[in-house]
Amino acid sequence: MAYLLQHVVNALQWGSFYALIALGYSMVYSVLMLFNFAHGDIFMVGAYIGLFVATGLLALGSAGAVALPNWAVLVLTLILAMALTSVVGMLVERVGYRPLRRAPRASAALTGLMIGITFETLNLALLGAKRRSFPALIETTSYQVAGVSITNTKIMIVVISLLLMLALDQFVRRTKWGMAMRAMAVDIFVVPLMGVPINTMAALTFALGSGLAAVAGVFFGQAYPVLEPYMGMLVGWKAFVAAILGGRGSVLGAALAGFLLGFIEIFVAVVFPSTLRDLIAYSVILLILTFRPYGFFGEPYSARLRL
Amino acid sequence: MTTATPERSPVPDVSGRLTVTRALSLLGGVPFLGWLLGGLAAVLAEYLFGLPLALALGLRRIPVLFGFEVMLKAPRYIPGTLVYLVLVYLIPAALVALATARVTDTLAARLLRSPALSMVVHLALLYASIHLWCGLSDYRYLVGRLALIAVMLTLSLNVVNGYMGEFSCSHPGFMALGAYTASVLTVLFFVEDDVFGAPLLPPALGPFFFPLALVAGGLVAALGALAVAIPSFRARGDYLGVITLAFTFVVKSLFENLEIVGGPRGFMNQPNWAGLPTVFAWTVVCIAVINNFVRSTLGKALNAVRDGEIAAEAMTVDTRRTKIVAFLFAAFWAGVAGGLFAHVVSYINPATFGVQKLAEVLAMVYFGGLNSVIGSIAGGLGLTLFSEALRPLEVWKWVIIPVLLVFVMANRPTGLIAFREFDVMKLLGPRRGRKEGSQNVSAQG
Repeated sequence: MAYLLQHVVNALQWGSFYALIALGYSMVYSVLMLFNFAHGDIFMVGAYIGLFVATGLLALGSAGAVALPNWAVLVLTLILAMALTSVVGMLVERVGYRPLRRAPRASAALTGLMIGITFETLNLALLGAKRRSFPALIETTSYQVAGVSITNTKIMIVVISLLLMLALDQFVRRTKWGMAMRAMAVDIFVVPLMGVPINTMAALTFALGSGLAAVAGVFFGQAYPVLEPYMGMLVGWKAFVAAILGGRGSVLGAALAGFLLGFIEIFVAVVFPSTLRDLIAYSVILLILTFRPYGFFGEPYSARLRL
Repeated sequence: MTTATPERSPVPDVSGRLTVTRALSLLGGVPFLGWLLGGLAAVLAEYLFGLPLALALGLRRIPVLFGFEVMLKAPRYIPGTLVYLVLVYLIPAALVALATARVTDTLAARLLRSPALSMVVHLALLYASIHLWCGLSDYRYLVGRLALIAVMLTLSLNVVNGYMGEFSCSHPGFMALGAYTASVLTVLFFVEDDVFGAPLLPPALGPFFFPLALVAGGLVAALGALAVAIPSFRARGDYLGVITLAFTFVVKSLFENLEIVGGPRGFMNQPNWAGLPTVFAWTVVCIAVINNFVRSTLGKALNAVRDGEIAAEAMTVDTRRTKIVAFLFAAFWAGVAGGLFAHVVSYINPATFGVQKLAEVLAMVYFGGLNSVIGSIAGGLGLTLFSEALRPLEVWKWVIIPVLLVFVMANRPTGLIAFREFDVMKLLGPRRGRKEGSQNVSAQG
């Protein structure tokens, strides 16, 4: 029982990463009806930005200039990484998506894919192929609760991720900006006539999604302190699958599906040899989508007449 | 009405611009046959004088891929390489093509009376050029075959992504199924192997059975395609995209877990039966079949499904049948291409058929042009050769190619040569007198 619960805790942490990244995919989708295939690599960029900010701040501290406590470094790292990665996200929108707003959607998807590859390769070319370790910013203490060991890092990751998702949900539902985003999801052609600046809104959506991806990146660095250029591809594609599984454009669905994917992966690895993890996880997804092709919270596909 | 040929043009050539237009219209008068002859002349020139000329120009060997790799690696060779390119390729090709233009034009018109003969002559000339060009170095021999295989892959993906308008990501999966099936068959029957033991049939029979192994690979890939074709009845667009993506991942990790074919270590010992003639022949068959397929009623049904499924249904298009045929057909050719690929490189591992491959094939389709056979040929050949040519840039190659593609997509969102019909008879026909010919036809009709 304790053994199982232990894995539940692990799955919650793993699922938080997927959920945070899946939210970015889902938001962009709901607003622009496009998937941002560069999003996995934006997650990677966020992790690296976090790495540089954290190392820079720690170096400042050890040089005696501004000695910050570690928790402050973590908070600053999170905020700066979010801000900088949001800029990267807006840049991706400007370069890769805005020129293609009226193009076939597959072309925009391909552009995103190519921008992602560019990020990966730029990272490889500029920083070299070596893996980098993320400095541990909070001291890990583990608590024993009913035979389950829970570290404070895990608690922090899961709680902050959940809080951010909640905040995003409120933002989309309660604010004027959120309303504009939801309106764009309904009809992108009418909304500009109502005075909504769609380019600004698209940039904002990318910025929000990228900010969340940056949080996921920093947390990933805290939980698994090894970063490499292709980490975005590995985690990003799965988060993308989670976004689809949740139902396109559904914030709640993306978050839930992210956690579900975390659970499937962790528990498959518990029961079967871990090499079968991807095989079983993707087969399950293939099955789910075959019988429920529009995900958990999506609308059924209807061949509407396009006029 | 006759078209004014430049010779009969009443306006005297005074300005430079007119000379350029005149030169261009002269080039326009050369039929495809003439260009093939010109290409053959260029390749022959390289075959005969290439090495001495390269040495005389201060190069150490023949520039392998049009000099790109030499120029990128060592800028001091740039002038020599450029002179080499002009002397060996440009001048012989242009001279021969222009000099023989009249002869080849009449010949092309004659040949067209029997289309089969015309086709054979053109293909023979084309193959001769490729054979000579690839024969000059092992590297070219490999790149040439890989480029032809890329054409097959691109073309088959275009059937689903371009003609049917879905976003399918399952091509690496189909390719892997074909590659592994064909490899297992050839190794099992004809090769002494650690896992599969002694050959079951005499190896001398191998090359004759090789096409059967490839077809078997294609059929297995088509069988696998059912896993994505059936969900495609209900799911479209992004959901289908994810289903196909999941399919690729499932196939990849399936082979990673199959120890009998080497698991993640990969599978080797494939006999090298996929020589240039074999690959060329398969590519030609693939182009011919797909070109006819997309121009058939079924091909038009693909377009109908893409442009409006309900409307297509109302016009008595069986959308389910159309989708299933498109997926199975595309998967078959991807499987054949995978089988050829496995026997060209004689080593496959599951990692070959991952997201990287997917990005490559998608890039070729969208770069070349959607809904266009000629675009796929250009995309497959162009991107393969281009990415090989940029090899000296190492890592930066994969910065330049994606950025270039983003630029192309921003300016031509459906690709460079999109929505163009590939009319073989028009291509093989003569250039001059085409208008009169077509008028005669319409007068008769």
